[in-house]
Amino acid sequence: MKITQGAFSFLADLTDEQIDAQIKYSVDKGWSISIEYTDDPHPRNFYWEMWGLPRFDLTPDQSSVVMREVRACREAFPEAYIKVIAYDATRGRQTTALSFIVNRPSVEHGFQLERTDDHDRVVRYKLTHLKASSGSVGVTGTAIRGND
Amino acid sequence: MSPSPTDGTSLEKKERWASGVTPYADMGYYDADYVPKDTDILAAFRITPQAGVDAIEAAAAVAGESSTATWTVVWTDRLTDHKHYQAKAYSVEPVPGVEGQYIAKIAYDIDLFEEGSIANLSSSIIGNVFGFKPLKALRLEDMRIPTHYVKTFHGPPHGIVMEREYLDKFGRPLLGATVKPKLGLSAKNYGRIVYEALVGGLDFTKDDENINSQAFMRWRDRFLYCMEGVQKASAGSGEIKGHYLNITAGTMEEMYERAEFAKEIGSVIVMIDLTIGYTAIQSMAKWCRANGVLLHLHRAGHGTYTRQKTHGVSFRVIAKWCRLMGVDHIHAGTVVGKLEGDPNTTAGFYDTLRKDFIPENPLHGIYFDQNWASMPGTMPVASGGIHAGQMHQLLHYLGDDVVLQFGGGTIGHPMGIRAGAAANRVATEAMIQARNEGRDYYQEGPDILEKAAKGCPELNAALEVWKDITFNFESTDTPDVLATPSIG
Repeated sequence: MKITQGAFSFLADLTDEQIDAQIKYSVDKGWSISIEYTDDPHPRNFYWEMWGLPRFDLTPDQSSVVMREVRACREAFPEAYIKVIAYDATRGRQTTALSFIVNRPSVEHGFQLERTDDHDRVVRYKLTHLKASSGSVGVTGTAIRGND
Repeated sequence: MSPSPTDGTSLEKKERWASGVTPYADMGYYDADYVPKDTDILAAFRITPQAGVDAIEAAAAVAGESSTATWTVVWTDRLTDHKHYQAKAYSVEPVPGVEGQYIAKIAYDIDLFEEGSIANLSSSIIGNVFGFKPLKALRLEDMRIPTHYVKTFHGPPHGIVMEREYLDKFGRPLLGATVKPKLGLSAKNYGRIVYEALVGGLDFTKDDENINSQAFMRWRDRFLYCMEGVQKASAGSGEIKGHYLNITAGTMEEMYERAEFAKEIGSVIVMIDLTIGYTAIQSMAKWCRANGVLLHLHRAGHGTYTRQKTHGVSFRVIAKWCRLMGVDHIHAGTVVGKLEGDPNTTAGFYDTLRKDFIPENPLHGIYFDQNWASMPGTMPVASGGIHAGQMHQLLHYLGDDVVLQFGGGTIGHPMGIRAGAAANRVATEAMIQARNEGRDYYQEGPDILEKAAKGCPELNAALEVWKDITFNFESTDTPDVLATPSIG
């Protein structure tokens, strides 16, 4: 099962060239860029691990800097979900402007939906991410790298 | 040419207060020299006086009847600082190129209005005056709400930014579909459509305006089956999904009961119809913020008073009132779909809902600068006769912060509902990707879609079945300054 979070999950996985084009667009808009990764893609896991700090003040010709970090993050956590996030600090926005997945585990195990009967036909739902049985990929720990 | 002004200030004091009927303009309801204060509420009315009625007197009558005046002089005015409470028509201009219509701008002191009450504001501004005999027709075109008054309103329970963070969806329009047929489905069949559309790729599904709690499907049953569909789709996609559960009912007590139940079973959003009334909308806005539930408003009935250009209330005023009252979503037109929507006029609605400052812009039908003083924006919803093949046009006219709702365009897909949803999602993502890559997506839209369809049989089928469907009719609600452009 393919997790379809992010802006481009219904398209074929973006090539590095296509990722670079999205970064260029974002930087051109004045947005900062950050990279986040996780082995827990629960839809309400709002805090994936940060791969260093957001990159502020990039110029469009520096998109390769971000691409280098994307590749480094993939290398460190090849079985993690990794996303690129463009952030718009403009007053009135001050929120994420674009977010898309740039790496997935080789097998996506999806979620289990548990149902518990409650009063008067009300059902309680519990959504659990099914992780790879071969143990944790170790991305929820403290392995946080700097930007350099 | 402006009509000749009558002098509203020259009456001797004795004459002004003589019993009987005095022209409104002479009673102070017209003042060409009045300079609106920053705190004034301003209104632009399109007035069509009856034959033989002077435009300035008609404008003064509108000012009078929507503030302090009655048909005859009353001495009890003199117990008040009456000039302060009088609305003042300060500008009356003929509409260019149209015989017999004028735009009257009227200023109202902020003291005339109760804080945070659209019921009060609208009872004044559109209360009595629309039936006034000396006018053939009257239309409230726009209002300037001063920030002093804006700040007394609740505003959207969450707003666009909070909604996106709540749903964790960024950088593309949100996608939805209204369950069809509108009426008659059993709760179990209804929930099936919700599940298929959401797991197929949409973010939201929606009850229609007239789905409440009829004999064929009671509300509680619908809510339970819809949430099964929502949760199952969430598990099948890893995304947060929602269904607008329509809580519209005959009484507030029933609406609160339905809202509480929607919250209890975990719905991220509830829905109301505009027909419930302004006070009920404000109550539900408060409930939604207090309970962390998004609020969707379906503008049921608005076409009865917003569509005709000479009489009624422009939708840009309704949109402004709705943002003040506090809704997170409101239907605001598609431009290209089956319902009324001139591109420039619709742009004015979208700006009014989304931006923090909207400058006067006659091209978009905006008569005054409007400053929202950082009140969160309301997400416009485009719904009614739109399909995946129009994606480039939808993105061009409506932008990113919009919910695109494909009801027939999802459920009517030849390969099924899930395929219809996927087609819409792929078309959206492909168009966003192309735009961000710097393509001239509006011109190249059909090529972009065709290329995306090569890897997506669902999109290919959607483009094939709806390729020739357009709704190219002349709009009735258009700005005065431009002829109506048509949509190809």
